[in-house]
Amino acid sequence: MLKPAVPSKKVPKAVKKKNYNPHQLGKKANAILNTMLAVFAFSCVFPFLYVIIISLTDESVLEKNGFSLLPETWSFEAYQFLWAIKSQLLQSYMITIAVTVLGTIISVFTIAFYAYAISRPQFKFRKQFTFFAFFTMLFNGGLVPFYIVATQVLHLRDTIWALILPMAVNAFYILIMRTFFQRSVPESILESARIDGASELRIYFQIVLPLSLPGLATIALFSTLGYWNDWFNALLFIDNPALVPLQSLLMKIENTLEFIRQNTLLTGSVKGIMQSVPKDAAKMAMVVIATLPIAVSYPFFQRYFIQGLTIGGVKE
Amino acid sequence: MARIKRFFQDVYKNKTWLLMVLPGVVWFLLFSYLPMFGTVIAFKNFQFHPDGFFASVINSEWVGFENFEFLFSTDDAFIITRNTILYNLVFIILGLILAVATAIILNEITNKKMAKVYQTGMLFPHFLSWVIVSYFVFTFLSVDRGMLNNIFQWFGMEKVSWYSEPEYWPFILVFMSMWKGIGYGSIVYLAAIVGIDRNYYEAAMIDGASKWQQIRHITIPMITPLIVILTILNIGKIFNSDFGLFYQVPLDSGSLYPVTNVIDTYVYRGLMTMGEVSMSTAAGLYQSVVGFILVILTNYIVTRINKDYALF
Repeated sequence: MLKPAVPSKKVPKAVKKKNYNPHQLGKKANAILNTMLAVFAFSCVFPFLYVIIISLTDESVLEKNGFSLLPETWSFEAYQFLWAIKSQLLQSYMITIAVTVLGTIISVFTIAFYAYAISRPQFKFRKQFTFFAFFTMLFNGGLVPFYIVATQVLHLRDTIWALILPMAVNAFYILIMRTFFQRSVPESILESARIDGASELRIYFQIVLPLSLPGLATIALFSTLGYWNDWFNALLFIDNPALVPLQSLLMKIENTLEFIRQNTLLTGSVKGIMQSVPKDAAKMAMVVIATLPIAVSYPFFQRYFIQGLTIGGVKE
Repeated sequence: MARIKRFFQDVYKNKTWLLMVLPGVVWFLLFSYLPMFGTVIAFKNFQFHPDGFFASVINSEWVGFENFEFLFSTDDAFIITRNTILYNLVFIILGLILAVATAIILNEITNKKMAKVYQTGMLFPHFLSWVIVSYFVFTFLSVDRGMLNNIFQWFGMEKVSWYSEPEYWPFILVFMSMWKGIGYGSIVYLAAIVGIDRNYYEAAMIDGASKWQQIRHITIPMITPLIVILTILNIGKIFNSDFGLFYQVPLDSGSLYPVTNVIDTYVYRGLMTMGEVSMSTAAGLYQSVVGFILVILTNYIVTRINKDYALF
């Protein structure tokens, strides 16, 4: 909500320069605290590993032993099954990727434009428009009017825009970006360009944006994560299977698996595998497939995420 | 007349800026302000009209506070308000203690490489959706296959059908909220702690202060303003809850509603499964208005304590 009480350049990181400290923790205390953190950190990652193990367990073993950490028989059947029914899965993957990419672009552009305008002292109505955005953080109409507007005024039901537009703008990000622009793009830099007769738009694209890449990247990262993990808008607006994103497919997985089972039984297109549908294993395999992109990219974006959290404050 | 002319001149002079805010303004009008206007539904008996939203709103009959009276005459209003506030109170208090403690420990342990590793692990759940997390929870709580029941059986204890017995859920929900949120919550505090001037600690060490004394008399007082502000802001949001936690993690199980139904899930179900448009709007408006008052009030208190930390 606001800037922590540290200078903006300080980045929260656990790694600091090693300097001699006569009052370092005692060996025992250090060991205990390390263990505590290690246990908690492991518990945060463990469920994902557990899900991977379950997805690789033979369905008959699951039937007999439940979800165990060391299955008697390993099996790729769940993944083979998902491969056999890949069309819906790929479709959902494509929807999620499309929504994430499009949404992030729209969101960054709209937010950066708005935030830049209200960050400039030349803009006479900046106070009014700051309040116009800020007020939406204090008060909202609630879910029902939002839903009715989206379906009856904007006719978003069962369109891809239902997954993109509701999350495109966010007053909080606008205020963060505004502070960022105020800090990292001071007026003095822009003065000379103005004297040379460059238009405000040209200044924006050629000077301001290149200077603001860290801020823009932060908003883009938050936005990407938000879109990738969103299921709520799909829950409200999407029924068409062709538009169901990955997270939402996971919610409907029981129905989907059942539907696919019956369908393929009828058409007989997937022979062999159809005698036994690896139900729980297949579910967990889906979870793995949906989480993998995050888990793989996580070590790389984590640092930027942490930096981004302290990149700007809401207040001037 | 002159003023109107001046205004248009100003608009013309600021046209580039106005163009820049235009997409955002359109979005706010459609997705924020129009729904605000739509809350009048709460005072009407909403009927869908074929000519769209405005026709529906205008043609619906006024009923005054009837929807609210009906809402508060049921037990639901009390239950959802109680659940929302109690859960949030626990989340705020426990979340604060655990996040601050984690940040302090991360800052104190001697092996900074390991601290980095721990932080990476703890932050991971923040990036997972509640849908994914609900599957994680399912692997532990599934009645016939879950890890907990497996362990119980191994010890010769009875299986628990987790998803139909409400008494465990307050603990499960609190646990999951902390599990997902502590890594994230500790970042801001860690940033503040790392930013504390080292000189304070040097001076304390020369005076022979122990580690524990340093934490108590330097670290915690230095981050107290931040703690106060974040906590007050959270209290301002006490009427809102994380929909995913209360909807996805209990798998929308009906027998758990007494302990998992919060205002947000109530409004959602009212709209999507009951189709009670006006009543749900009323419940949503109740949430928004109380939330608004709380934010204003808490911000006022923050202003009184320390102006720099006020939101506005």
